[in-house]
Amino acid sequence: MQILTVLIPVSLFLGFIGLVAFIWAMRTRQFDDPEGDASRILTKDYDDKPAP
Amino acid sequence: MGYDAPADLSSGISACPACVAAPSAQRLAALQRPETARLILSLPTAHCAVCMSTVEGALKAHPGVSSARVNLTLKRVSVEAEADVTAAQLAEVLEAVGYEAHELDPGLLSMTETDRQGREILMRLGVAFFAMMNIMLLSVAVWSGAEAATRDMFHWISALIAIPTVAFVGQPFFKSAWAALRVGRLGMDVPISLALILASSISLYETMHSGEKAYFDAAVMLAFFLLLGRYLDHRSRALARSAAEELAALEVPRAIVLQDGQEFLRPIAQVAKGDLVLVRPGGRMPVDGVVVEGASEVDRGLLTGESLPAFAGPGLAVSAGEVNLTGPLTLRVTAAGRDSSLHRMADLVAVAESARNRYTTLAERAARIYSPLVHILSFSAFAFWLWKTGGDVRFAVNISAAVLIITCPCALGLAVPAVVTAASGKLFRKGVLIKNGTALERLAEVDVVVFDKTGTLTLGTPTPSNLDTVSAEDQSVALALAKASSHPLAMALAGRISGVPAPVTDLREVPGYGIEGQLNGQTVRLGRAAWVGVEGLAQTATYLAIAGQDPVPFTFTDQIRPGAEAAIAGLTLQGKRIKLVSGDTEAAVHAFASQVGIADWVAGALPAEKAAIVRGLADQGHKVLMVGDGLNDTAALAAAHVSISPAQALDAARVASDIVLLGRDLAAIADATRIARQATKRMVENFQISAAYNVIAVPLALMGGATPLAAALAMSLSSITVSLNALRLR
Repeated sequence: MQILTVLIPVSLFLGFIGLVAFIWAMRTRQFDDPEGDASRILTKDYDDKPAP
Repeated sequence: MGYDAPADLSSGISACPACVAAPSAQRLAALQRPETARLILSLPTAHCAVCMSTVEGALKAHPGVSSARVNLTLKRVSVEAEADVTAAQLAEVLEAVGYEAHELDPGLLSMTETDRQGREILMRLGVAFFAMMNIMLLSVAVWSGAEAATRDMFHWISALIAIPTVAFVGQPFFKSAWAALRVGRLGMDVPISLALILASSISLYETMHSGEKAYFDAAVMLAFFLLLGRYLDHRSRALARSAAEELAALEVPRAIVLQDGQEFLRPIAQVAKGDLVLVRPGGRMPVDGVVVEGASEVDRGLLTGESLPAFAGPGLAVSAGEVNLTGPLTLRVTAAGRDSSLHRMADLVAVAESARNRYTTLAERAARIYSPLVHILSFSAFAFWLWKTGGDVRFAVNISAAVLIITCPCALGLAVPAVVTAASGKLFRKGVLIKNGTALERLAEVDVVVFDKTGTLTLGTPTPSNLDTVSAEDQSVALALAKASSHPLAMALAGRISGVPAPVTDLREVPGYGIEGQLNGQTVRLGRAAWVGVEGLAQTATYLAIAGQDPVPFTFTDQIRPGAEAAIAGLTLQGKRIKLVSGDTEAAVHAFASQVGIADWVAGALPAEKAAIVRGLADQGHKVLMVGDGLNDTAALAAAHVSISPAQALDAARVASDIVLLGRDLAAIADATRIARQATKRMVENFQISAAYNVIAVPLALMGGATPLAAALAMSLSSITVSLNALRLR
């Protein structure tokens, strides 16, 4: 049962990383144009400086 | 700060008092001539990856444009460009690469507030999901038989996660429940808040006393599913609102004001009564006014439904919304902006709209039954067990919390938003935009469809109808004359007559009358009946006069809108009665009605008569769907149970209708009514599913047999079932 003292914090920590990543993505407006972003990877234009 | 404080360096203003006036002047100049401007254009036809790179590439190649980015979800492109680049230029550029584009007024696209709300709900949803998953993991251990100290530890960790989560995530529910309680109502949010608070506190109490049952997982899951429903609801509303804003922003109203012989382009709000306004051929009257100079023809189709243009000369009163066809007109403004006839009409519509908002939705009706029932069940369970166990408060509260959780309106909260999201997404892809939240349900109840003719079932563009009866010589003369004019009838003729134009010289357009020229030393004219010296026909026509011969009429019919026949056939198949009500002449309406196969038609209807016809049908117990585009339809649109207008319709008509067709095709109307009926059916099914779950689970909870595992299962299963059922829409 000693393993729980490691595993529970680890699982919480990993979940927390996911939550922080989600909030970051939302704040930086990653969900403004889901359809466009899905299609954008298909464009063939060579682009070494992608627009923000 | 002392008196000798240094001047604010960051703004770069010198300390001299005389310069105090300078910054505001600078600021004004900057406001009038911004270095870069942000332009937004609507791109209704963009749909793929290639579209994006074509559009962005074309715009970036235009001089002065620094960046362009397409938003495919909203079908818009926003452009950063130097101040002298106008939206009209960019629209031309896009037209050249094959994309329809319209300027949008960035000031009207105030998405920020709804954006912020949406992000707030999404953030709470994320937090709830995180908490739910972690507590669920811990709960699995408890369900599979963790005991004593282990169980207590798991409960404590769950409590540490759940209590802050419920406090943060439940805020929207607590706030609206409190607002409802203060005015003495029991909304859906009161039982929800009660369940959240009661479940969390009884579980905390149980945890402190090493109890067996803790409902932390259920409480957080409840919050998660309800927030999900709320987010879906918010998103479909926000989408509809942004699209409606987009339609409003489509028309950027400006007028050319004449002052001391000079022309100034001004926003309509700055035009005052008494100003002189110039309207160029092809332009729409921006204001109500009286013609003081010029001769032309005006198209009143949008206001009256007439397809025949009327003559306009000095002294004629014109109203905003009419289209000037041939010559420039100078108007003396009699009413502008808020007072113009267009706006007065829009105000009338707003009054009619508030009546429609009283419609009770399925969800409201369900909530009215549900909310008191839950409270009664929960409190009677509490009272019964308190009496049965001889005063064991802890046990009674446990039962009552379990009842609240089991009867949770998760499925109820998801039942409608999931269906509405699925249906409106489906309709949006077909080019149908639902503007009003209750429109879908109202559309499902429709049994009579009333159509307007001009501009709705027809495109409002004329096509010549009697070319085969006109001799080839006359046709070639007409072609030569018609090519010289930009009048819609002339352009329609020039487009349809093939062959070599006759050698007509000295072509001259006489605004308001027609075109004349010289052919072999004789005068030839193409224009209005009175001008060429004949009696006018009853239908839309223009007349060709060659000296020494009888004038030849060219008659026109309105071009039928694509999909109109399919829509009528589809609606008839669904068993709906179809009626055509038009303001046009009897001959034109009769010919058109027999062409598209509508037996029931009314011609020459005034706006008030149209509304009266709709109201008459409603009084007979019919639910009327009105489809119209013109200003003469707005009263009828507002009076109908539900209304649809095409995107090309006048602003006022679009405001009055619940649903807007984004494409030119009418066939989507039949789809829309079908999908609406299906959606309503799914909503009812969803209510039945969640009721069925409750019928099984509530007695269990009342008997005290509801374990946290059963609660979690019932909740997630019912939520998933209703979501899947919503996705069955096709």
